[in-house]
Amino acid sequence: MLRVVNLGVEIGGRRILENVNLYIREGETLALFGPNGSGKTTLLNALIGNPSYKIVSGRVIFKKKDITSLPPDERAKMGMGISFQTPPKISGVKLIDVLKYCAKIGGYREEDIFEMAKRLKLEDHLYRAVNVGFSGGEVKRSEILQLMLMNPDFVMLDEPDSGVDLENIVLLGEAMKELLERNKKKDERKKAGIIITHQGYILDYVDADYGVVLYRGKVACMGDPADILRQIRKYGYEGCMEKCLKEI
Amino acid sequence: MPEGDINLNFESDEVERLKEVGIEFDPKRRAATFLQEDQSVKTVASFYRGVEIMSIREALKKYDWLKDYFWKALRRDQDDFTKEVDSEDFNGYFIRAPPNSKVEIPVEACLYLKKAGKQKVHNVIIAEENSELNIISGCASHRSAIGMHIGVSEIFVKKNAKLSFTMIHNWNYDVEVRPRTGIIVEDGGTYISNYILLNPVKYVQMYPTAYLNRDAKAVFSSVIVALEGSEVDVGSRAVLKGENSSAEIVSRTISKGGKIISRGHIVGEAPGVKGHLECRGLMLSENGFILAIPELEARHPNVELSHEAAVGKIAEDEIFYLMARGLSRDEATSAIVRGFMEIEIKGLPEVLKMAIDQAIQSMGEKLL
Repeated sequence: MLRVVNLGVEIGGRRILENVNLYIREGETLALFGPNGSGKTTLLNALIGNPSYKIVSGRVIFKKKDITSLPPDERAKMGMGISFQTPPKISGVKLIDVLKYCAKIGGYREEDIFEMAKRLKLEDHLYRAVNVGFSGGEVKRSEILQLMLMNPDFVMLDEPDSGVDLENIVLLGEAMKELLERNKKKDERKKAGIIITHQGYILDYVDADYGVVLYRGKVACMGDPADILRQIRKYGYEGCMEKCLKEI
Repeated sequence: MPEGDINLNFESDEVERLKEVGIEFDPKRRAATFLQEDQSVKTVASFYRGVEIMSIREALKKYDWLKDYFWKALRRDQDDFTKEVDSEDFNGYFIRAPPNSKVEIPVEACLYLKKAGKQKVHNVIIAEENSELNIISGCASHRSAIGMHIGVSEIFVKKNAKLSFTMIHNWNYDVEVRPRTGIIVEDGGTYISNYILLNPVKYVQMYPTAYLNRDAKAVFSSVIVALEGSEVDVGSRAVLKGENSSAEIVSRTISKGGKIISRGHIVGEAPGVKGHLECRGLMLSENGFILAIPELEARHPNVELSHEAAVGKIAEDEIFYLMARGLSRDEATSAIVRGFMEIEIKGLPEVLKMAIDQAIQSMGEKLL
């Protein structure tokens, strides 16, 4: 579904990603690890087409089409969806208005908006400005709500678990499982995606098929996500990297 | 007092222009109506007993005491424009809510500039003790009018009274506008001002000033759009004279090629007063101009005055965020601009909120 070829990305003239190659098939979920500043968020922003992230080399192929220079709304319409780590506050634009656009893309009706909002405990936030005065957990739930209504084929989740309390992590975990069709049998899954996780808590609820470690802007390691997470927890990123390199 | 339907001989495009400034032709939705074309009063109709509305000339004949209200909230020699209105040939409206009366349905006052020339207006509004009054003042000009509107308004909010005054302007490129407004709010009174300017004008210059006594409160909200060729120099001033009085001044300005000077001034003269100023400006084109001048003046140690001001373009990260949800760049920009103009106005009846929302909604789309 998604092929990233030799991708190089710059922000404000500074090189962040170099020669990144990824291949994600239908039904596959990838867990993306890496220390702070390794380029995880940059990768997702480049994939959705954030104009602040300049692609200096390589290509992004989605559903067999080169989307490297497509604007974000076209990518959204093609079936890409993202939940941001720190989305902006937009004073004056109500959550419900954004959700209506999301529902249009996902093929949902307006009634579905209210139902899903209730499920994510955001029914009282619908007529409030997007993210303005939302708590950390509410921001994350609002991001997932928008994604659920967009019903994307390719789901990108940037640290969906950070700042979420235990009570809500189950709720979010269930929602993400559905988004990525992890509740379906392996051969029935059509959706694919990338989950960025720092601590890996979310993987207790959503399993991933494989894990990738980004280190200093490059793909440094690939393997079983549980294995990688164990190594990182035990030896830190440096230690994980060493072990990874030895095995290669 | 005459009552009944509003009988006007307006052409359909004129009716449209008046509707754009919130003038309703349905008597069910207004408590009273005053309409002045150039210098002559065309309609005075009160549908709701209790609100007094008449031309200022008629009122001066009726009430001997009214002359004491003249030049009380404003100085007659304040500038050339007040001097010009201080003459024989002015007209204008007189609106009065009697003590303890509560009129939620708005009273409308329309000043319409049709032909060339100068429209000189002197209005007096009195909300007597414990009364509640809502006024929508629509000022408009005929598409082809050339001239100047000088509007002197003296507004008196008596003890514990509440007055909201919503002014929507709809002029054209050949009209210069010089409103001069003074407001005296007595102990415990509340004055709410809303000013909306979304259409072209040659020049608007005004700086309404409210003088607040003990426990009185004023809220000024303005939404201003300056298109190419328009020049707008508008501010609001609150003088907190009485203990525990407070003021809030909020403005949202958008330059789409026009020049805007957005002023605000709060003076704290008494203990326990509070004031907050918020000016936000949005530049939507390369050749616009916005100058925000928030001023705070303390004349007593126990005052709490603050301001925030921000001028700039639409944040790219907000546009990108909405685009990632499937909105096109234009749709995202339009949503953000409309949101920027929608200021939360408290204490207004629903019909007035709707009139303001409608004006802003349709402008948000036109701005792109």
